[in-house]
Amino acid sequence: ENADPQRTAFLLRKQWTLYSVTPMYRFSSAHLRHYARLLSAFIAAEKQKGLAVEIGVELDIKVAVSSLPDLKGSNQDQAAILVQLSSRSPASQKNSEEKLIWSGWFCCVSGDDFSQNIPEDFTCLPLFLANGAECYTSIVGSWFQKTFDCLFRRLAISPLNLSWMAAMWTGCKVDKTASAVELVFSVPRLPQPLDISYAIHPEDAKALWATVHKTPGEITQEEVDVFMDCLYSHFHRHFKIHLSATKLVKVSTAIASAHCEGIIKFLQSQYLTGVLMLLTELAISQIQ
Amino acid sequence: HLATSLPLPSERDHLRPRIDLIAFMIDIKSKHSLKNVEASLTHVDASFFLGKVCFLVTGVGRVNYCSIDMNAIWKLREVYCSPVLFCELELEGMRVATAQRLLRMLQICAGHVPGVSALCFGSLMRHSADD
Repeated sequence: ENADPQRTAFLLRKQWTLYSVTPMYRFSSAHLRHYARLLSAFIAAEKQKGLAVEIGVELDIKVAVSSLPDLKGSNQDQAAILVQLSSRSPASQKNSEEKLIWSGWFCCVSGDDFSQNIPEDFTCLPLFLANGAECYTSIVGSWFQKTFDCLFRRLAISPLNLSWMAAMWTGCKVDKTASAVELVFSVPRLPQPLDISYAIHPEDAKALWATVHKTPGEITQEEVDVFMDCLYSHFHRHFKIHLSATKLVKVSTAIASAHCEGIIKFLQSQYLTGVLMLLTELAISQIQ
Repeated sequence: HLATSLPLPSERDHLRPRIDLIAFMIDIKSKHSLKNVEASLTHVDASFFLGKVCFLVTGVGRVNYCSIDMNAIWKLREVYCSPVLFCELELEGMRVATAQRLLRMLQICAGHVPGVSALCFGSLMRHSADD
């Protein structure tokens, strides 16, 4: 992976909410500072209307829009764009610290098939990740939608896709002692909601995947099915519960964790681009 | 008649009427339901696969709850030469329309529609597969 770990370290260990974004009309990475000013004015205007904000706090919000050239898969991919909102309490002096209150970034990793087929004036950055208060995500999202005629939609992850992530990420090599592979299932149709958490020792999980995964460089649906079926039968043998009749809602491994509501956490910088590639693919299928 | 799996209990064989159509229900949200259907299929006599079997896939309204790969469904259709119907049980309109389709299929399988037999379903399947 070619992403510089130093520069992308701030993306790790944070919870990001995922969205798919349709291609943006007349967006230019040469005008980022201009966009930052416009967005800043928009936020100030929303605040006037009483919409902006966390109650009770009078904040002066500063907007920064920058480019993250390292986060891309191929040369055809558009470089990632980062938007950051920082606050500074107006009562303090000009040397006071700015506190980062919200971050959001657009990216496209190996989205060649999709980006090649869109018209000239459009920029393809189908994946958006947000961290921070929902009210800011809403404002920033509205501004982008209005300005570039695009559409944001929450990106949910199906149990089928989560099981792919479980299989793929279990196979990844990690330097330090890996954490357990944890799968969380939600049991349907019960009066009281019930979640089952199934934690597997990382070495056991890796060994299982190694016996299942026969094709180097590629993963097939059969291999993912066999991997999951082994885990389900093992559980059934001990607890007499068919996990395959429940809904897989969360997958956590040493390299990343993903939740079906479209929430991701990156834990290893060397696999950042790999995970983004998968998420870009999901975002593109939601758009198409 | 509803059953959660096959084979049906043999104690009631003598009381059971003739079976004209078997509709296997697969809930797209449950991998377990697919496994159950696959296991039950092995208990069905080969003669049923001449138009007297169909697959009813439910829960298709919500893509994000999908636990089954669609290729597995297409494979069932291909291997068993039987049609696949899709239905979202929670939508009344769709539920009623699907019930009507099944009823129509049942009438044909039971020989109540003159000139049309269950074998027609098989030939329709083959025709669309060749396209």
